[in-house]
Amino acid sequence: MSAITRDEVAHLARLSRLALGEDELDHLAAQLDVIISAVARVQEVTAEDIPPTSHALPLTNVYRPDEVRPSLSPEEALAGAPAAEDQRFRVPRILGEEA
Amino acid sequence: MTELTRRTAAELAALMAAGETSAVEVAQAHLDRIAAVDGRIEAFLHTDPEGVLEQARAVDARRAAGEELGPLAGVPIAHKDVFTTRDMPTTAGSKILEGWRPPYDATVTARLRAAGLVILGKTNLDEFAMGSSTENSAYGPTRNPWDTSRIPGGSSGGSSAAVAAYEAPLATGTDTGGSIRQPASVTGIVGAKPTYGGSSRYGLIAFASSLDTPGPFARTVLDAALLHEAFSGHDPMDATSIDRPVPPVVEAARRAEIAGLRVGVVREFAGDGYQAGVTARFDEAVELLESLGAKVVEVSCPHFEYALPAYYLIAPSECSSNLARFDAMRYGLRIGDDGSRSAEEVMALTRAEGFGPEVKRRIMLGTYALSSGYYDAYYGKAQQVRTLITRDFEAAFEQVDVLVSPTTPTTAFPIGERADDPMAMYLADLCTIPSNLAGNAAISVPCGLADEDGLPVGLQIMAPPLADDRVYRVAAAVERALESRWNGPLLAKAPEL
Repeated sequence: MSAITRDEVAHLARLSRLALGEDELDHLAAQLDVIISAVARVQEVTAEDIPPTSHALPLTNVYRPDEVRPSLSPEEALAGAPAAEDQRFRVPRILGEEA
Repeated sequence: MTELTRRTAAELAALMAAGETSAVEVAQAHLDRIAAVDGRIEAFLHTDPEGVLEQARAVDARRAAGEELGPLAGVPIAHKDVFTTRDMPTTAGSKILEGWRPPYDATVTARLRAAGLVILGKTNLDEFAMGSSTENSAYGPTRNPWDTSRIPGGSSGGSSAAVAAYEAPLATGTDTGGSIRQPASVTGIVGAKPTYGGSSRYGLIAFASSLDTPGPFARTVLDAALLHEAFSGHDPMDATSIDRPVPPVVEAARRAEIAGLRVGVVREFAGDGYQAGVTARFDEAVELLESLGAKVVEVSCPHFEYALPAYYLIAPSECSSNLARFDAMRYGLRIGDDGSRSAEEVMALTRAEGFGPEVKRRIMLGTYALSSGYYDAYYGKAQQVRTLITRDFEAAFEQVDVLVSPTTPTTAFPIGERADDPMAMYLADLCTIPSNLAGNAAISVPCGLADEDGLPVGLQIMAPPLADDRVYRVAAAVERALESRWNGPLLAKAPEL
């Protein structure tokens, strides 16, 4: 049995904001199936009551003083923008036509 | 006089300090070498000869003015193209960032500049540092100087190849699952992964934030240590940066003394999948350590066999979140914005066009592992395995001072061999991944050539977090003993390019 179906892969592509073609989905579905079956080995480990580690360092909430400091100018911040207008990022429409 | 490009960083620094050569001469020699060989190696994505000479002239001027300069002032360095640089493009090996000029320098970049290092250019890498061969770069593969039909390792393969091909004495890399140690191993040079948090991630384009660690490449252990000290240390701009002094790695590399040191051989890193020539050189290296006065014992780390599957859940999960920032809105590529499409459609088209296959695989794998209904069985379980691996290390380091293993199970494989077989590619990081999950210090140092293919083999040395000096001390002892046996560095055996 497959670890993941092609429909699930298509759903993952939508969640990941990747507009993939049919061929690419077929190819990825086969590869993800192999990878997911392999990484599922973590489920063999008996780990009840074992706390999870999200991070190698025993650090929590590192703060710095809340001071005003120089930052990028609008020109610098917009220098790499695909499109800019009036010191702002120009983006495609976010809301539907009727909104 | 020996050719300048054959000199170590420490030698170059001494020659410049003594006035026997200048930063400009040294930079020019390396630019000439790049011009002569990089067409065959393709280590660099970007070089700017005029900008390089300008940096070198500035160092010479500071020296002439009697300024106090750092120990690496005027030494050239190749910089992995995953660190932001204000004056050079930064691509992370991805089409989605083609031509991008960052508005700020990474902390590592800023510290290289402050130390007077001369940045020769930006080196090739697997896209967003995801890979073990540099074949995943959108700009084509880099080639191994030992055999140009083979991979130079990855993800920092441009950096390892540049140093092994004498295009630069030093290079920066980043190590998330082995991306410094594995390329160092397969190109016959030294590469270190500092303790997580020992070097700053600020301005390092993020792949897996709980694992990403900048570190040095060099042809000698001492050079690697000098570079390690030049860019490491606390950075208030990185919340996971350790606020402690940098371990004394340069002193350790000079000391190179290991009598009485307790060395553990990891039992789980042997057997099926390990090339015979790799195992033979590793076994000899262990005997060498014993002959130098170390006490060698076998150590078991029973959960290490689950490190690879745990890593390929944790790293993709973090990547799927980190790479959400490539949204086609603020910087980088934008595709299909013709007025008819919504922002979300433009985003999905851009990401499909701008990311390569490995990056897409990992984003989708991470999205899967984090999605509701699968989270506990995959990401949650992998995080528990991460705890068990850390405990295995802690138990081992109660018995021994360092652990050793081969750096990678095989020598450099042919370009193309594993390109469309992700699981085969992932095995290259089998021995390096546990140190990323636990955040400890590790290094790869050359330990010989495999009999069957004549290609370099690396010895990995691992120590507890913040004991970086220990891995340098052992690596330097191994290097000293082997170089006296070989009558010079391993790299002297590489074919002329």
